[in-house]
Amino acid sequence: MEKQLALQMRGITKSFGPVVANNHVDLDVYRGEILAVLGENGCGKTTLMNMIAGIYFPDEGQILIDGKEVVIRSPKDAFEHKIGMIHQHFKLVDLFTAAENVVLGTESKEKYNLKAVNAQVAQIAERYGFRLDPAKKIYDMSVSEKQTVEIIKVLYRGADILILDEPTAVLTPQEITRLFDVLRRMKEDGKSIIIITHKLNEVMEVSDRVAILRRGEHVATVNTAETSEAELTEMMVGKKIDLNIHRSTPVNAIPRLVVEDLNLYNAEGIHVLKDISFTANGGEILGIAGIAGSGQKELLESISGLQPVESGKITFYNPKKDRPVSFFHKSMKQVRALAAKGAFHDRNLNDVTFHGMSNKAVRKWVQNGDVLFREDEVMNLRDKTPLEIRQLGVHLSFVPEDRLGMGLVGSMDITDNMMLRSYRKGKLGFLNRKKPKAQAEEIIRELEVSTPGVSTPVRRLSGGNVQKVLVGREIAYTPKVLMAAYPVRGLDINSSYTIYNLLNRQKENGVAVIYVGEDLDVLLELCDRIMVINGGAVTGIVDARTTTKEEIGLLMTKTDERKEEDA
Amino acid sequence: MSTVKKNEVREPLIHLSKRTSVNPVRAWAIRIAAIVLGLIVCGLVAFLLIEKLNAHPEKIGDFYTAFIKGSFSTSRKFWKFLKNIAILLCVSLALTPAFRMRFWNIGGEGQTLVGVLGAIAVDFYLGGKIPEWLLLILMFIAALLTGAVWGVIPALFRAKWGTNETLFTLMMNYVATFLVSYFLVIWVPSGSSSLGKLKYGKLPSIGNDYLLIILIVVALAVALYIYLNYTKHGYEINVVGESVRTAQYVGINEKKVIIRTMILSGALCGLAGYLIAAGLDQTVTTESAGGQGFTGIMVAWLGKFNPLAMILTAALIQLLNQGAAQISQDFDVSGAFPNVIVGIILFFIIGSEFFINYEIHFRGHHGLAEAGKEAVK
Amino acid sequence: MNIWLNFLIDSLAFGATFMYGSTGEILTEKAGHLNLGIPGIMCMGGAGGCLILNMIGKSGLPPFLIVILGILGSLILSMLCGLIYSFLTVTLRANQNVTGLALTTFGVGLMKVIMSKLDATVYLIGPKMMYRWPFAGRQDSLQCLGVLFFLAIIIVLLSSWVLFRTRVGLQLRAVGENPATADAVGINVTRYKYMATCIGSGIAGLGGFYYIIDYMVSQEAYLSLEAFGWLSIALVIFALWRPHLTIIGSFVFGFLFSCSSYITNISWIQVTMATKPLLKMLPYVVTIIVLVISSIRNKRENQPPASLGLSYFREER
Repeated sequence: MEKQLALQMRGITKSFGPVVANNHVDLDVYRGEILAVLGENGCGKTTLMNMIAGIYFPDEGQILIDGKEVVIRSPKDAFEHKIGMIHQHFKLVDLFTAAENVVLGTESKEKYNLKAVNAQVAQIAERYGFRLDPAKKIYDMSVSEKQTVEIIKVLYRGADILILDEPTAVLTPQEITRLFDVLRRMKEDGKSIIIITHKLNEVMEVSDRVAILRRGEHVATVNTAETSEAELTEMMVGKKIDLNIHRSTPVNAIPRLVVEDLNLYNAEGIHVLKDISFTANGGEILGIAGIAGSGQKELLESISGLQPVESGKITFYNPKKDRPVSFFHKSMKQVRALAAKGAFHDRNLNDVTFHGMSNKAVRKWVQNGDVLFREDEVMNLRDKTPLEIRQLGVHLSFVPEDRLGMGLVGSMDITDNMMLRSYRKGKLGFLNRKKPKAQAEEIIRELEVSTPGVSTPVRRLSGGNVQKVLVGREIAYTPKVLMAAYPVRGLDINSSYTIYNLLNRQKENGVAVIYVGEDLDVLLELCDRIMVINGGAVTGIVDARTTTKEEIGLLMTKTDERKEEDA
Repeated sequence: MSTVKKNEVREPLIHLSKRTSVNPVRAWAIRIAAIVLGLIVCGLVAFLLIEKLNAHPEKIGDFYTAFIKGSFSTSRKFWKFLKNIAILLCVSLALTPAFRMRFWNIGGEGQTLVGVLGAIAVDFYLGGKIPEWLLLILMFIAALLTGAVWGVIPALFRAKWGTNETLFTLMMNYVATFLVSYFLVIWVPSGSSSLGKLKYGKLPSIGNDYLLIILIVVALAVALYIYLNYTKHGYEINVVGESVRTAQYVGINEKKVIIRTMILSGALCGLAGYLIAAGLDQTVTTESAGGQGFTGIMVAWLGKFNPLAMILTAALIQLLNQGAAQISQDFDVSGAFPNVIVGIILFFIIGSEFFINYEIHFRGHHGLAEAGKEAVK
Repeated sequence: MNIWLNFLIDSLAFGATFMYGSTGEILTEKAGHLNLGIPGIMCMGGAGGCLILNMIGKSGLPPFLIVILGILGSLILSMLCGLIYSFLTVTLRANQNVTGLALTTFGVGLMKVIMSKLDATVYLIGPKMMYRWPFAGRQDSLQCLGVLFFLAIIIVLLSSWVLFRTRVGLQLRAVGENPATADAVGINVTRYKYMATCIGSGIAGLGGFYYIIDYMVSQEAYLSLEAFGWLSIALVIFALWRPHLTIIGSFVFGFLFSCSSYITNISWIQVTMATKPLLKMLPYVVTIIVLVISSIRNKRENQPPASLGLSYFREER
């Protein structure tokens, strides 16, 4: 049977400012097929699909449906051309039932009758093999049920071309199997299905053809039956590009942060971190690679005390045995408390308790370097709030992904943002802006932040400068562990290199750096070791100097065997 | 079919985007223009409502000069003007810490009223029995305490269960009103309609009856400005108000900050109540707060929650109020007329904020609009 | 008539004021707008109706026409207020609390100015008998159950039906819950917000008119109107954002309020004057308790609309 063309894209180009997201992309979709669109994060898959769904409008190029050129200006237009897209972030009203969400926004001359809608929804569900109660409220639903509602919403509107953006990212293996069954049934029904993904095994399992995008360009479209995972990976990641990031060999790397069997459930009750274990060494950059949303954010947040974990250990090591105590990372109060516990000895191995001594005398003794630690410091960071971690004297810096929503306060100026970490210093209730201001000036000078001055609200700075302020502040905190989530996302080349250099300098100073990144080329050149995670579980920890892009690419998409056993 | 539609149709006629920076000169020009426009509309409304003006349109000059006359024509009026600003400012200052934290405390009316009630209760029971200075101190403590309690109750529920604070504080106003009526029934001997002025518990007069109150409120404005901008507490309030996630990230306990700040906010409302009770009225009625708890919200909002700028906005509102009161006297119209004037001017100022914060692009300026979109991304 | 029955009917009649007010507020809140201007709007509704009646009260027009024209006058002024509010908060995205309070200041003031100019012998004495049909002339509280009372019941039930049983209601609730989603499925968010606010304001305005022309029928009635506007906002919480529940709520509130005037007539209940204010305080205390309990139980259906108080700007994320 000759296949019929449903949708054609011809020379589609879309740029956002100087960034070209799609460059003259051609794509064909046939009736009754499942087309996988494969590519790394940021390769322009979603942008391309958004243009079919009416979210964006192409700068150049044509879209043809059934051979006729069409103009799609809004999601409504897309519906008129029987195109429906299921976004990664569901657009549903939580308080409504499934059926109410499905019928929302549709126009019909018929009298509104929820019972009839319920019946229609149930009918669609039955036809394609969904399991869904039309009267169930969205807030009671699991992620997969919500996704089902989104798909039915699109089908209810009569869509013949369905686009699913990373539909499996949030599903369990059984749910994925069920979804694929549904997709196959829809295919048999003559619908065209486009599924955006970067999981190779799924591509191989469900798709008829695969279109590969890389850096905004269409690389190739191949028949799934005639290709292999290895070939797809190669097309997806491309040849390794030399970035010339300076990387020094780690000197006496010692364990700093040890995470053992960490498990975390998120607010929706989904198991987002599964038995994660790794060690971050001082003087080393540990890269974390993985598809976006594999648990990177949750991992860093649970280490820094922002998310309560279910089980596991997070331990901070400070090799202090027989080394002098200093006030650098500890206050007088903390030093005295430790002394009382018998943590210190003097040069003659006698206990030091500071009992009955004045602060001045204690300070002098400590500063002479004659007070030594008896043991290495081992601190449990689990179930500690960020403030408690700080009070323990553990200098843990964290550059979060959400810079202005979490790391910085947008409406405050650079000086006040410097204070976020340190404003509690000083005895009186008043703020001391002198030091933060000097710090702000130093960061502006050192990192070449382009800003009118220290009193400019950070919201007005460009992305790269915002990031320099944030990273600068976290480094100024003299960390022992520095965690950075996507620190170069959205930054230009020069700013990116500034950040790489900063991280490298921290590593050379003996800091344990954890770098969560998405660009494999960068991870390969910047990091010493790379931990790959997928679906909240570690799929491998490799040596960045000897591994290849293909190996990491495979690990990123590798399904965790244990997960299947759970099923 | 839509196949024939041209691409240009896609661009809407008007495109809005949020300004990333605000030019202060431009902002003030817009605000002043809004007030001028508002005053013109006030004149038009006055023509409709005031027969005397309708019959003698030439008197429109008197209509506008009344705004000056109302506050500056005699020294008594001027002092009254300053006193009214002080009380209104005191209430709006009290609300400011809560608003900075994005806690919509619209219970200033009730918190002030219980402050008055607390002070008067002490005055009623102890007046004459203890030295005047001690009485004044005890009244002060009582007013601050009752105000703080009234403020912290909604905060506790908000911190613990996320109870909507706007609705809660609003309800607390009416509970306060009827609490006052309850005590009035108990205190006022049957046959008399009101409590009357109490003999004791009056703040000393320093040169002028109102001067002490004015000085206290000015000092409060400065102190609050310092508290909000130069102390750790003020800093925490700002962080919590801006982003709870950031607060958690740096280890600020946002619940503690909410409760602490509402104790302060309520106590300062209580202070306003104390100034009304001990400084002015020496009595309490259900109208003791006089709607200032609500007007105070608008003063604080207009002043962008900056204590020093709020001195100006409180003065503006009082100027309009007294001017319009003068008009209702001169032109023989209902005593409610000032509310109409204040309402109209407020509409214009509120509306003008849009033109300060948003940029309006018309079709054709593609480049700008697109650039705006990217900036958002 | 039995004093108890008289009292209960009076509570019901009194409650119709809040039924209008809170049903109007519910419609606005369901579109995501907390309208603190309702007291002002109710006042303006009262003033608008009386203004028309002041012109036609003695004109000798057929009674039903006078009744309808009065209602129209009330609707026009209150809906104009609603229009000011929606223009500022929807189109100009102004802060809802501040705009609402300004509207209340304006509305209450303007009503007092207007009412002070009207002649009660014209707008009140004659028309009241027309509005009190069919029980006009009775001496007990049944007399208050007039045209506007029954209209209140109809409007309340109709509002509930529209909100929870029709497509329009579904879309309106979607706008208040999650405007971004509503926008994405092609609902005109701005139009819904405007419509809900203006219609809600019209309904609330009728409450003010009813209070003056039917329930209180006194020259001073308008002076106490503002307080009942605030009570109407409280009733919205009490009724858990469901118009039909305002019937029960307003009966309870009306009961507690008129309690204080009846209770002293009943010899076997020992009450002092001090009980009165405490009884009047009860509606608010009960409202607070309802608010707190619903936030503790955290049942999603009983919460304020999710986007209440927030302006919607499509490009803000």
